[in-house]
Amino acid sequence: MASPTVRRAFNWVAVALTCACVVVILIPLASILYTAIVLGGSVLSLHFLTAGPPAACTIPSGVGCPVGGIGPLIGGTLALVGLASALAVPIGVLTGIFTSEYGGRGLGRAVSFFTDVMTGLPSIVIGVFVYGLFVLYYPRIVFSAITGSIALAIIMIPIVARTSEESLRAVPHSVREAALGLGIPKYRGILRVVLPSALPAVATGALLAVMRAGGEAAPLLLTAFGNRLGFVGLDQPVGSLPPTIYEFGTSGASNWLADAWGASLILIILMLGISIVARLVLRNRFRAFGGG
Amino acid sequence: MFTGASPSLPRFGLRFLFGVVWDPVHGIFGVAPEILGTLVTSGIALLISVPLSIGAAIFLSEHAPAWLRDPVGYVIELLAAVPSVVFGFWGLAVLVPLMQGSVDPWLQSAFGWSPLLGGPNGGGRNILTASVVLAVMVTPTISAVTRESLAAVPRDQREAALSLGATRWEATRLAVLRYARTGIFGGIILGLGRALGETMAVTMTIGNKNAFSGSLISPGQTMSSLIANEFTEATGKLYVSALVEIGLVLLLVTLLVNIVARLLVWRVVRGGAVAGGA
Repeated sequence: MASPTVRRAFNWVAVALTCACVVVILIPLASILYTAIVLGGSVLSLHFLTAGPPAACTIPSGVGCPVGGIGPLIGGTLALVGLASALAVPIGVLTGIFTSEYGGRGLGRAVSFFTDVMTGLPSIVIGVFVYGLFVLYYPRIVFSAITGSIALAIIMIPIVARTSEESLRAVPHSVREAALGLGIPKYRGILRVVLPSALPAVATGALLAVMRAGGEAAPLLLTAFGNRLGFVGLDQPVGSLPPTIYEFGTSGASNWLADAWGASLILIILMLGISIVARLVLRNRFRAFGGG
Repeated sequence: MFTGASPSLPRFGLRFLFGVVWDPVHGIFGVAPEILGTLVTSGIALLISVPLSIGAAIFLSEHAPAWLRDPVGYVIELLAAVPSVVFGFWGLAVLVPLMQGSVDPWLQSAFGWSPLLGGPNGGGRNILTASVVLAVMVTPTISAVTRESLAAVPRDQREAALSLGATRWEATRLAVLRYARTGIFGGIILGLGRALGETMAVTMTIGNKNAFSGSLISPGQTMSSLIANEFTEATGKLYVSALVEIGLVLLLVTLLVNIVARLLVWRVVRGGAVAGGA
């Protein structure tokens, strides 16, 4: 074996290298935030948040280009995510209740295993699936708010289900037994006692799913498609933020590029905000129950 | 999805997977270059990301002072909250010029003799650039699962090694990593699943050329980026169904990868929790 000095030196090299890994990983995050704040911050204004997208303009400096905004697209994203949540939250929470309260070790575990697997499926595959389904049976509304929100809902359901399950599991058994001890049936105990005491955590899980869905672009390219007007009807294509970032970001138009950064900054602020709120709520919650 | 792909499934059979020509105009569809593109980008992404993620996780759970652990670990996981289209846009705006201006020319002059890194660099939008963006995107997944697996290693394991006179690093290497390797491996596979299916970020940085030249600094295409690029322009039943069939292939591959990953992670994280009575 090497001498203690050499071994100690090795130890410090390892500490330094692993610490360097952390620093290297943080560089892209810092770069993304910096670029979005510098380039996106310059276009932010009330007008930007409310006006419709401008016509494309290829003057490189951007001087004299029409100035527009992303108002309708924010509305489109809200509409899609809202519709998707209306579908996904009830289904997800019920699945969570099933796996945590009724499923037992066999079926319940199998269901939560496959919800876990589903969270890893690529969103584009879900887009293709919804597209394929509708093109066969309802070709008229393949590109519509309906298909877009169904695709987003399929992405959200496993996330809602898993976080609901975890939050319900964190409720102590004594709470359930107290409810049963009062002689009320199990389902009412779950609805009136167990679920309310887990509600903040369940709601946070739904919020995390909203975060994930709100940033998705790939499935929307095949379902909600896009327009410049945002949400104009359930059976019409919907313009929303992420696909527009893709469209504007890969265009050569200088004002579109600037707007794409503005839209990115807004998405980042929303996502990081949701993520931080979720973190705070979940941590306090599980701590209150003496660790999950 | 099987029904959606029904016009192209029997028509091409296995030729779909091994054919190298993608020619919608003449109705010839082979996705071998895209399958290769998917595998190569994901592979390189893991090569870059795995050492970094595991290193960072080791630092945070074994070496860092307690007050640093959670905040920094959390900031790394914030990367997972950034939408993938923003990653792509960042890749296009920041990484592509960087690769085009300095990294690619340097690679070409140093390693241009090898077919792996030779040839025209596609203006910075190429397989390597897409791989780097993917590496950034899978890092929070791998490092989070690694951290969880390391946290599931019993304290005794570390103390036993330390009491035998091991340095902190030796204890980590011999006693902790060995114990946690199943979970870490699960995390890597989970990261692989994410990389295989990632669409927007790849589409925006890979250059979108339906060929695989063998060079990492040439433009290419992945299965998912091909779908994203051509779906809205696809005309004709056969063309659309060929794209749906790619989706089907991608679904089967990622389903398999995710099942393997979850089995590994569950065994460590859940199995440990049950045995510990927590």
